[in-house]
Amino acid sequence: MSQSDKSGDTPTRWLDRPDSAKKICWALYVLCAALFFADAFYEKHSHYAVEDWFGFYAIFGFVFSIGLVLSAKELRRLVMRKEDYYD
Amino acid sequence: MIEALPPGLILIVGAFFSLAIPGRARQVFMLALPILGFWQLTQLEHGLYAQIDLFGQTLTLLRVDKLSLIFGYIFFIASALSLIFAMHIRDSVQQVAGLAYAGAAIGAVFAGDLISLFVYWELTAITSVFLIWAVRTDKALRVGMRYLLVQVGSGVLLLTGALILIHETGSNTFGHIGLDSLGGILILISFGTKAAFPLLHNWLQDSYPEATVTGTVFLSAFTTKLAIYALARGYAGTEILVWIGVVMTAFPIFFAVIENDLRRVLTYSLNNQLGFMVVGIGIGTELAINGAAAHAFAHILYKALLFMSMGAVLFRTGTVKGSELGGLYKSMPWTTGLCIIGAASISGFPLFSGFVTKSMILTAASEEGYWFAWAVLLFASAGVFHHSGIKIPFFAFFAHDRGYKVKEAPWNMLVAMGLAAALCIYIGVYPDPLYAILPYPVDYVPYTTGHVISMLQLLAFAALAFAVLQRTGLYPPELRSTVLDSDWVYRRFIPRRIKGFVRCLAEARDELARWGQMGLSALLDRAFH
Repeated sequence: MSQSDKSGDTPTRWLDRPDSAKKICWALYVLCAALFFADAFYEKHSHYAVEDWFGFYAIFGFVFSIGLVLSAKELRRLVMRKEDYYD
Repeated sequence: MIEALPPGLILIVGAFFSLAIPGRARQVFMLALPILGFWQLTQLEHGLYAQIDLFGQTLTLLRVDKLSLIFGYIFFIASALSLIFAMHIRDSVQQVAGLAYAGAAIGAVFAGDLISLFVYWELTAITSVFLIWAVRTDKALRVGMRYLLVQVGSGVLLLTGALILIHETGSNTFGHIGLDSLGGILILISFGTKAAFPLLHNWLQDSYPEATVTGTVFLSAFTTKLAIYALARGYAGTEILVWIGVVMTAFPIFFAVIENDLRRVLTYSLNNQLGFMVVGIGIGTELAINGAAAHAFAHILYKALLFMSMGAVLFRTGTVKGSELGGLYKSMPWTTGLCIIGAASISGFPLFSGFVTKSMILTAASEEGYWFAWAVLLFASAGVFHHSGIKIPFFAFFAHDRGYKVKEAPWNMLVAMGLAAALCIYIGVYPDPLYAILPYPVDYVPYTTGHVISMLQLLAFAALAFAVLQRTGLYPPELRSTVLDSDWVYRRFIPRRIKGFVRCLAEARDELARWGQMGLSALLDRAFH
């Protein structure tokens, strides 16, 4: 089924260059800033008052994502076992 | 004339006939079946057809209305895509089981009475287990047995509940059921088992990732969405479903973040997406039911696409563990691109299918004042982007290059993924045809400035959180591990307690036998000296 060969050397791609990850992150920072300040340029039609906060969805997305990952990391202490646990 | 033939039977009977056809002709014949079935659906008028009398009961094998039709359409599309994805295999067990399983699910969707529903319900269990057993290992055999026990158990509950309801009401019609009687409660547990309600869910994460490369694609489409259909039919507006759905959307994403098997990550994400639909059904307004049905339709496509992409990775590399993968974008660029389309769709990016369907449920939640449910669904939307939108493509195709030099996925897999991806984008860009087949008239506009900006903010800042955690080394690495879930109770806790109890019994029996050999006088000596 598997047809893998892990021995070959692949020519370096743009994504493999050390500074590429940095460039992608900077692009993301710029995008986030643009989206955050986009709230100033349209009228909101919200169901809840909290949605009218400036950048509500941005702050919500960031804070809860950090919270999700860090709490899932702690969950590992409780539920993570060796790979052959059930064998 | 065409009404006399229930659409599910086309696939079930056709699947067994196909065994008599050799080679390529069989594949063409099998692929023609869902196309024929889909065409049949387009010809049917709403109504009750194929009614037969059996043991004093009138069974309705074909009930056509908007709710059954939308699930019928997507089930036929999913079976065609799954068959194309499986075209390279020469294992007739998988092909026949897959097609018969799809047929059983379609049969259930069009069943107008509880008895026919039960028969098809059990048939989905019996046919689909072969997609797990087809791996042909001891482990797959054990997983399949556990899967079968749960699925058949769900059917037994359905039958018991149905008999109680028929006795109480004198009618076997499968319509709104509700929770007013014991029968209704039993049937809800039965549907909830297949829909993977919290604590009834773990058969899903236990079994789907252990099926064959192609089997998981079939499995991902039918069983759970059949349960969603059944809930929408029987329990629309049952408020407890809102809170069950809220829990379903939230808890699987924590497990998905730390799970290493990427097909299991997708199964947790499947569980989370079902939660959105269950919330919609619980709210029960026209917009909410439309949202649940539309989301089920879109979900089957992008989830199949994601399972296909991970199946292609497993097929080519022999593993689907995040800790062993990375850098595959070089060898499998098409699979990478198609996986990213699936990831964007499930995450709800504008112009992709999830954006125009999931938002209907969120809007319904806020319109009906379920602010807490709305907030949890929003959190779950950011969460699903983390594990399905970022984690799956990132760890499989990018992250650390593990040096795999493999071939791109076979052409048939690419065609199936390409068609699924095209539908994901088509629905996202032009949702009107999907909205037109929803159960109720649609008065909803997904593309407003506020909705687009708010969703992009949520997703971009969730991505920012991922980037920050990765750059600071706080993101949990992929580790070879087993993550315990509620299956621990029946895989480890109960078997150990039973073994301990049996050992105690054996020791007591040995002791009694020794006493018997010692004789009464010796016992009296022992007791009094």
